[in-house]
Amino acid sequence: MAKTYKKPEALSDQHTHYCPGCTHGVIHRLVAEVIDELGIRGRTVGIAPVGCAVLAYNYFTFDFQEAAHGRAPAVATGIKRVRPDLIVFTYQGDGDLASIGMGEIIHAANRGEKFTTIFVNNTVYGMTGGQMAPTTLPGQRTTTSPAGRDVEDVGMPFKIAELISGLQTPAYISRQTVLKPKYIVRGKKAIKKAFQYQMEGRCFSLVEFVSTCPTNWGMTPVESIQWAEENMLPYYQLGEFKTPE
Amino acid sequence: MGKILMKGNEAIGEAAIRAGCLNYFAYPITPQSEVAEYLSRRMPEVGGVFLQGESEVAVGYMLFGAAGSGERAFTTSSSPGVSLMSEAISYISSAELPVVFVNIVRGGPGLGGILPSQADYFQATKGGGHGDYRLLVMAPASVQEAVDMVMMAFSLAEKYRNPVMILGDGLIGQMMEPVEFSDHLKSEPSNKDAWATNGMDTRKSKERNLVKSLFLDAQLLEEHNLALKAKYDRMKQEEVRYEPYNIDSDYRALIVSYGTMSRVCKTAIDNMKTEGIEVAMIRPQTLFPFPINPIRKAASKKGCVAVISFELSMGQMVEDVERSVQGKCPVYWHGKAGGEIPTPEEVIDKVRSFT
Repeated sequence: MAKTYKKPEALSDQHTHYCPGCTHGVIHRLVAEVIDELGIRGRTVGIAPVGCAVLAYNYFTFDFQEAAHGRAPAVATGIKRVRPDLIVFTYQGDGDLASIGMGEIIHAANRGEKFTTIFVNNTVYGMTGGQMAPTTLPGQRTTTSPAGRDVEDVGMPFKIAELISGLQTPAYISRQTVLKPKYIVRGKKAIKKAFQYQMEGRCFSLVEFVSTCPTNWGMTPVESIQWAEENMLPYYQLGEFKTPE
Repeated sequence: MGKILMKGNEAIGEAAIRAGCLNYFAYPITPQSEVAEYLSRRMPEVGGVFLQGESEVAVGYMLFGAAGSGERAFTTSSSPGVSLMSEAISYISSAELPVVFVNIVRGGPGLGGILPSQADYFQATKGGGHGDYRLLVMAPASVQEAVDMVMMAFSLAEKYRNPVMILGDGLIGQMMEPVEFSDHLKSEPSNKDAWATNGMDTRKSKERNLVKSLFLDAQLLEEHNLALKAKYDRMKQEEVRYEPYNIDSDYRALIVSYGTMSRVCKTAIDNMKTEGIEVAMIRPQTLFPFPINPIRKAASKKGCVAVISFELSMGQMVEDVERSVQGKCPVYWHGKAGGEIPTPEEVIDKVRSFT
């Protein structure tokens, strides 16, 4: 009997360390499917962040570099500048990209570095135990905002896709999610576009994913999906914010 | 090719190109911004990469990425900038990437000043970043030596898969001297297929490569550190470089000095010789590995009553000098850290007072 569904070649056989209900696994798979479909596994280099996805390279089957916290866009810049023929992407969370690495991502995007960023926004620092992130929603409780994020004290959460869309240079900026099957299909399309634009040499591309963290949110996987839909999607609206001219 | 007159900073940039390094990432900082200015013009001429990063922090990781993908890459900076790069230097050391750093040292701490200094000795030789790592550190005393060391640095970095630092001072960067670029110091880049993320398709093995520094398992991290240590121990065996001066005389004192300071000491030694006072010098050309045995041997010579470390700092290298001499002779220090360089007369006065 013929196989109708199989694991992408770009994904390894390892079980992930991600918590039940975490959206990293789905997003990893989408990236792997796109890399398979584009036939670029043999010339792709991924950059792992610091955070839950620091070990992402264990789950993919192509070249990887592991960056310091927030520095993945600088690492990707270095690779892409000296080896423009390689396909390079960073895979970063919100603490990594929007806090400690804000300088690196903004400048790489503004220079129009020809790599792709997959940005997984689940509103908390997952790996270190659910501390407040730059994307934590107003009033959201975390281990360092036990009374809820006080926007009078620490400001409003960053909308990264909108922020980077404000720059003139970047080519493709999109916000997607994987909370429901229909979103997953759209999310994959966005990832594919981002990689294709890179292959065409059309500047920087970023796909943000509205994601969950059931463990640090103190919810079941199903509750966390519901919470993200009700609370995150109104603030982090889905869509394409910038497409190449 | 004959000698040409060049400013130290420009000669350093040209030396890297001649050595076969066509990738330069940097952030401007006095007193070495001329390297970036020079290479912003030169790199496009030779088909190389010039990129001015948004900060020294980012530059450090651009080097990480570039070297991690198997290409030769280097930067130049000065003290406060190197502090910012020190995070990346720790990661680069752990990931075992051959990157060349040039630090044209200025006075510190903090913003300090922009005049020549050797106050980054500790940062360069003992690690400015976190963790057990060592850089191979070379200290030039002339523009020609800076050129030679930069050219050698790339093959040394690849030999050990370890970052190499050229520790110059503001004077080496700013001064003009005649230089020659020796073709024999040029080296072919080594094959990096065993570890670099240079494109799986192009490698025979078709195995994927990882460039990383995280070892969550205690035993694996221990093994990693032991492997790094073995590399540093091998450097101590194979890479110690130093210049002895007036060492065959019946000297009463031994000077240890490097870089610009050592040139002043040479003049002082020559002047004392005309007055019948013999003083010798060991000039470390590598600060790590440090010439421990040559210094101990020279300090143990009969008749030598003082070993003096002259530095453009408040006394950093002197700790390595003491460690080398091992009590066989009294060790003294003299130095300045504001940016002025001691005169030969000052050196002679100090030698007299210690002997």
